[in-house]
Amino acid sequence: MIVVNGNGTGRRAAPRLMKGNEAAIYGALLAGCRSFYGYPITPASELAETAAKLFPACGGTFLQAESEVASINMMYGASSAGERTMTGSSGPGVSLMQEGISYMAGAELPCVIVDIMRGGPGLGNIGPEQGDYFQIVKGGGHGCYRNLVLAPASAQEMADFTMLAFELADRYRNPAVVLADGFIGQMMEPVALPLSVAAPIARPWAVEGTAATRRNLITSIFLEHEALERHVRALQFKYDKAAGREVRYEEIALDDATVVLVGYGIVARVLRRAVGLLRERGIKAGLLRPMTLWPFPSEEVRALASRARQMLVVEMSTGQMVEDVRLAAAERCPVGFYGRQGGMVPSAEEIVERVEALQTGSGAAEVQHAHVAA
Amino acid sequence: MRTSLHERPKSFFDTFERKDGDHTVTHYCPGCGHGNVHKLIAEAIDDFGIADRTIFVDPVGCSVFAYYYLDVGHVQAAHGRAPAVATAVKRAHPGSIVICYQGDGDLAAIGGNEILQAASRGEDITVIFINNALYGMTGGQMAPTTLLGQVTTTSPLGRSASREGYPMRVSELLASLEAPAYIARVALGDIKSDLKTRKAIRHAIKNQMEGRGFSLVEILSPCPTGWKMTPPDAAKWVLETMTKTFPLGTVRDCAASASASRDGAAGTGAPREMTGRRAEVAVREIPRLLGLTSPEAPTGQTAAPGPAETRLHTIRGVPHGVSRSVSRSVSRSVSRIKAAGFGGQGALFLGALIAEAGMRAGRAVSWLPSYGPEMRGGTAHCHVIVSDGEVDSPLVTRSTVLFAFNRPSLEKFVPEVVEGGMVVYDASLINDPPPMPGLEAIAVPASRLADSLGAARVANMVALGAWLGRTRGLPLEAVEAAMRGKLKPEVVALNMRAIEEGRRFVLQGGAAQGATSSGATPAPGGAS
Repeated sequence: MIVVNGNGTGRRAAPRLMKGNEAAIYGALLAGCRSFYGYPITPASELAETAAKLFPACGGTFLQAESEVASINMMYGASSAGERTMTGSSGPGVSLMQEGISYMAGAELPCVIVDIMRGGPGLGNIGPEQGDYFQIVKGGGHGCYRNLVLAPASAQEMADFTMLAFELADRYRNPAVVLADGFIGQMMEPVALPLSVAAPIARPWAVEGTAATRRNLITSIFLEHEALERHVRALQFKYDKAAGREVRYEEIALDDATVVLVGYGIVARVLRRAVGLLRERGIKAGLLRPMTLWPFPSEEVRALASRARQMLVVEMSTGQMVEDVRLAAAERCPVGFYGRQGGMVPSAEEIVERVEALQTGSGAAEVQHAHVAA
Repeated sequence: MRTSLHERPKSFFDTFERKDGDHTVTHYCPGCGHGNVHKLIAEAIDDFGIADRTIFVDPVGCSVFAYYYLDVGHVQAAHGRAPAVATAVKRAHPGSIVICYQGDGDLAAIGGNEILQAASRGEDITVIFINNALYGMTGGQMAPTTLLGQVTTTSPLGRSASREGYPMRVSELLASLEAPAYIARVALGDIKSDLKTRKAIRHAIKNQMEGRGFSLVEILSPCPTGWKMTPPDAAKWVLETMTKTFPLGTVRDCAASASASRDGAAGTGAPREMTGRRAEVAVREIPRLLGLTSPEAPTGQTAAPGPAETRLHTIRGVPHGVSRSVSRSVSRSVSRIKAAGFGGQGALFLGALIAEAGMRAGRAVSWLPSYGPEMRGGTAHCHVIVSDGEVDSPLVTRSTVLFAFNRPSLEKFVPEVVEGGMVVYDASLINDPPPMPGLEAIAVPASRLADSLGAARVANMVALGAWLGRTRGLPLEAVEAAMRGKLKPEVVALNMRAIEEGRRFVLQGGAAQGATSSGATPAPGGAS
């Protein structure tokens, strides 16, 4: 198991079989999260349901808000008041939160949002998809800000990355998003949780209703143009720092790989199997799995693009992360794309077929330029 | 107690250092009501001695800059969202006094739901609601509170009921809810009105100090600039014109006698249990409360070597986690299982039980359900992997074992089963199975055997027993241990009897269809 945060170094409990959505809530409570504000939505509802059961029992607050708009603003209040706070939702709900996320970034308020992506646009469906990459990684709210974005690929990582998200959110005083899909949220796997709760951190900036915090002010308004420019540049300084320090990724069999597969979340799990099947067929395939989507492992993609013959990005979307891969690869090698949508998950066998087509050259042009391949 | 409104309260800053430009004058227009209301609030804060514990939630609008003036903690909220923000601030710090300040566009239009829901929950907060019949800061547009006939920049012909609807009476609307403790409408304009406003504000803050719940004071307040009037004319318009649409008075007061309230709402006057109060729990107790225990040795066999790939987790520049180089020729035993049936036949539970038992036996496992509408009446299926090494893809696209509890599931998933794989199906419900060349089909009359135990719902356990009897894919004690973690003892006993029925059926050769084409018996459970 990877050690990903300050609360991950200690002893772990016996593994328990649980859903990714449940694991995120356990992780949050062990990260010292004190409140969950949310609204039900499939396939994320176990987040709210588990939180409703566990937060009050652990002396925290669970409140089912009247909307996702209210949820994110309740988090704005909880974070202003100095406590670790979270919500969980899916694409349509996260769309409603975008204004509040922008406010929190502007007011430098840490929080954790778990987005269990489903099919879109619009009402779409409740199947797993990865169509929220743009709205989470590229913004979605107004103004110049970033989200810190972690992409778990197992139930264990749902717990670990939620804990890490709290740590990063506090380190940079900024919203952090755990971006997963319906399958990662719904599937059960053994999860080993820490046996201790993360130590609380000092938040001298918070407004706590005490003499010491009486002169504190949480706001995102800077009326004078010069003042707002200074503020936005200070935020950017922070983001540059995070971009240099917080990139996380997993490499599988990349040492001698000539074909580099790139994918995150449930897709990365399928790609791991595809790598094994391809190796059995004598094709030197490897996998780069971004664990942080922002900051994105661009340098690593660039290095791989320089030595690989072919890259193939696989997503459950019509191609969102592929834009970041192509930007980083800067045409050092061809970057193909294969996507499924609408709740369809690519199979390892499908990937193998695609790669074999690329190897023989028969499907290379088609795959490289197609945004939708089925 | 102060007797003049013109004396500056201590929790009102002497100079306004957070403000740009002149630090000695407020940014409000001459004749505006905000300054007076700020001072009345500050005076109450002084008199009640609560400056250190007051948290003010600043709105969007002219009063967004209330933090220039009030010497208390400040949280500035998005347009309309102050009651949601205040809700969480108060729950985080129940000992604080949270004052939410909003205008009419903010509270009644964009924030209509937030105020309604916060009031309905009975949040222990104090809301000061400034009603000036339009949007002030954005330049005098129509608000939900704009009077009929009133000209604004977005109702240039005057508000008409047929075009823009009627003015909204927020206090009366909120008073229809069960929870609010105190709702009153007051006005600014002359000394008498100002003193009533002062009294209402103090009452609303006092209520929170006494834990009485949600209080709201609606204040009819002049906006000479927005109304294009002189300050004296604006004050007169409040008292003579606005009050005709918005009658003054206490609309709800649970702390007073029933007769004092216009709506006649009765109240005991006693503080009730506070909304959102948290249980007292020591943080170090949380792992125990979550039921986390130290690891024990797994039941049965131990885990085999790790995956066949070199893996490296990296935080840029810092190798993190373990780099493993395991020979790629290491063979792993992996069961890729699919269980499918109608919702209610227990296919998902069967899969989850196999995964749980596999975990307890020290193997790597995953369980992935079909979810959503399928669970509500249609077919349901799950993907289960039990592996000696790490589970790669949790999706079962080529299964080595299929459990099917109805014919549609059998037809749908048989084509996915690998050559030499195993199909366990309920022969009581499926009497004309499709051809399954190259597969080992186990036709177990699961429903009939379950019925013989007096519980049709354990047909899934009979099927599990058939698989275990044929393959010994999992130790029985791990299966029983997994059940004990999920079910009551009597149900565990019943399920174990069902498993035994299935096992016995297979061991006695009852399902002897064998591999229908391949001569050799495939690896039990189908290692892939």
